[in-house]
Amino acid sequence: MRALTRAAAAAATALTLLLAGCSGGGADGTDADGTVHLRFQSLAWQTESVKANKELVAEWNATHPDIQVDYVQGSWDSVHDQLLTSFEGGEAPDIIHDASDDLADFAYGGYLADLRTLLPGRLTEDIPAASWSTTTFDGGVYGVPFLQEPKVLIANTKILRASGVRIPTADRPWSWQEFRQVTKELTGKGRYGVAWPLKEPVSVTLNLGLSAGGQLFHRGEDGKVDLRFGEGDSVVPRTIHDQVTVDHSAARTALGMGGSDTLPGFFGGKYAMVPLGFAYRQQVVEQAPEGFEWSVLPAPAGSDGTAQGVSPQTLSVSEDSPHKKEAVEFIDFLLDPPNTVRLAKGDWMLPTGTKALADPALHTEDQGWATGTALAQQLRPAPAQSVRGYPEWKDKVATPALQEYYSGTIGLDELTDRLVDDGNRVLARYQR
Amino acid sequence: MSMRTGRATRAGQYLALTGYLVFLAFPFLWLISTAFKPARELGSLHPTWIPRHPTLDNFRQAFDEQPLLQAAGNSVLAAVSAGMICVLIATPMAYVMARHRGKLSAAATGWVVISQAFPFVLLIIPLFLILKNLHLINSLAGLIMVYVVWSLPFALWMLVGYVRAVPAELEEAASVDGAGRLRTLVSVTAPLLAPGIVATALFAFITAWNEFFFALVLLKTPEKQTLPVVLTHFIGAEGAADLGPLAAAAFLATLPSLLLFAFIQRRITGGMLAGAVKS
Repeated sequence: MRALTRAAAAAATALTLLLAGCSGGGADGTDADGTVHLRFQSLAWQTESVKANKELVAEWNATHPDIQVDYVQGSWDSVHDQLLTSFEGGEAPDIIHDASDDLADFAYGGYLADLRTLLPGRLTEDIPAASWSTTTFDGGVYGVPFLQEPKVLIANTKILRASGVRIPTADRPWSWQEFRQVTKELTGKGRYGVAWPLKEPVSVTLNLGLSAGGQLFHRGEDGKVDLRFGEGDSVVPRTIHDQVTVDHSAARTALGMGGSDTLPGFFGGKYAMVPLGFAYRQQVVEQAPEGFEWSVLPAPAGSDGTAQGVSPQTLSVSEDSPHKKEAVEFIDFLLDPPNTVRLAKGDWMLPTGTKALADPALHTEDQGWATGTALAQQLRPAPAQSVRGYPEWKDKVATPALQEYYSGTIGLDELTDRLVDDGNRVLARYQR
Repeated sequence: MSMRTGRATRAGQYLALTGYLVFLAFPFLWLISTAFKPARELGSLHPTWIPRHPTLDNFRQAFDEQPLLQAAGNSVLAAVSAGMICVLIATPMAYVMARHRGKLSAAATGWVVISQAFPFVLLIIPLFLILKNLHLINSLAGLIMVYVVWSLPFALWMLVGYVRAVPAELEEAASVDGAGRLRTLVSVTAPLLAPGIVATALFAFITAWNEFFFALVLLKTPEKQTLPVVLTHFIGAEGAADLGPLAAAAFLATLPSLLLFAFIQRRITGGMLAGAVKS
């Protein structure tokens, strides 16, 4: 019996020591000597991007001994849930890296600081109003939009050149009609003109739809939003649908794929073009076989030119942060034009800031940078990103409806009914 | 005729078993293959099982970019502690629930079953707030406590079954031979229960080792994060992934549990057979 008691006591002691040893210290953000500690949660994930972020944090820390920033690695995959619980528990990082389409609920929930009075004039003036509108909710500014990417066509240069089709430029892009014709011409034995990776079809459809005047979400004078499907809204979906089911110039199998999944087929010559985010160039550079020639083309244009919707990456400050002023100072440093260029190159994206965007390093023909920067002026806020109820509409209504339409299961009338009628019922619940 | 039918049945069984093993092994073998492929082979339209130009670059990159060793250490500490504590608490509780059936025992069993129905998203915010009040956020101790609480109901459920499988007559026989309560438990019941205890510990270990969401929301600083959380750092926006380093890191993350299973599996089987002979 004594042996058992001794064993139990030893186990209890070990457990106590273990728990004591594991416990984290409670940090209130300021040391006894007055040094302020800020936590910066970054979502950088590519090698060059992580490196650039960490280097900038180190440079800040070296020159600001009284305000030290701790780099915390976050993940795009789980950032929303992770932030939500952190906000609820009052443990959110001081500086938060996210995307503008994820901010609305946090901003309306009171979790993010309104930056209007904190932002330096330099930053406010340097970033265009269209970009600021992606982070402005109910009159407050809840994040600094700093990086964005247009959708572009990544093309197999040899196939394109051999076909004799007109090569589009940012000044003279293909129209949607011309694009459809070109993909027919590029389609051959064992090869499709294009592969649309539409695992997540909603944002692609809405964002590219702006080029043809598609808007879908209409805000009335009372501030309420309703869905209407006009002629402009149908241009992009109809083109994709017809390429897949009528012309057979777009690979049906790609409809369920993510962007990365289409690359092996693209490298293997199975697809002549793939519409992808600008940042996918990094994967192309890394994975393309030796000697593979590729180029970056602008997405097709419609009645509104090459306009398209984007959800920029953002930097926000937590409402609970006791050091908002210092946090904005760090953001200002991070988004100093030369530093923004480093971040943009690390992420293979475009800066929103005009000074950084003008940097010659982002205007080289190499790797399609010039095509991307030429498109920057036409980038608009993604439709509906500040509409409450949009996530539910997207998941429950629009995603299945578009997937069925693109695969040919339903027609345009059925698509319209579902997007609009079912969609308005969803939005109504959020706008009572 | 019957012998032929028997052979055909056995052949069919082996075929089904082989198919099942291939099905189970495929993702792991493909993971290993991917971990050793250079970036250009990852983008090939005609992928091969054996990398044409095998490389350790993915492993180097994974270790360079993320604190994998530190995260593995945290995972080991959390999973081993959760497994041990879970068993220490569950074993005596399971014994009482199995041997002393009464209203209280039935109620406890009912509670255990009901508790399995709670989705963890329902628990995470209350848990977060409780741990915050206890200053156990960003602490492996807090995470271990959550893992123990999370694994305990099922562990208890498992162990009750194991205790019931040990014939009560053996304990009665020991008592008739003059053994005291403690002696009976230590010398008769415990050895027969050992495989069950090991299996339960293993269950708690694996649950904690693979767990992602609690670790994600409870641990704030990179020094404290566990392997499943660090693995997500190789994944970018819209599902883009740094596939090579991700596969390399995921391969390393699966090794400890595989080795543990390989080491312990024989002992569990051995223990079960020993128990069968004694009963």
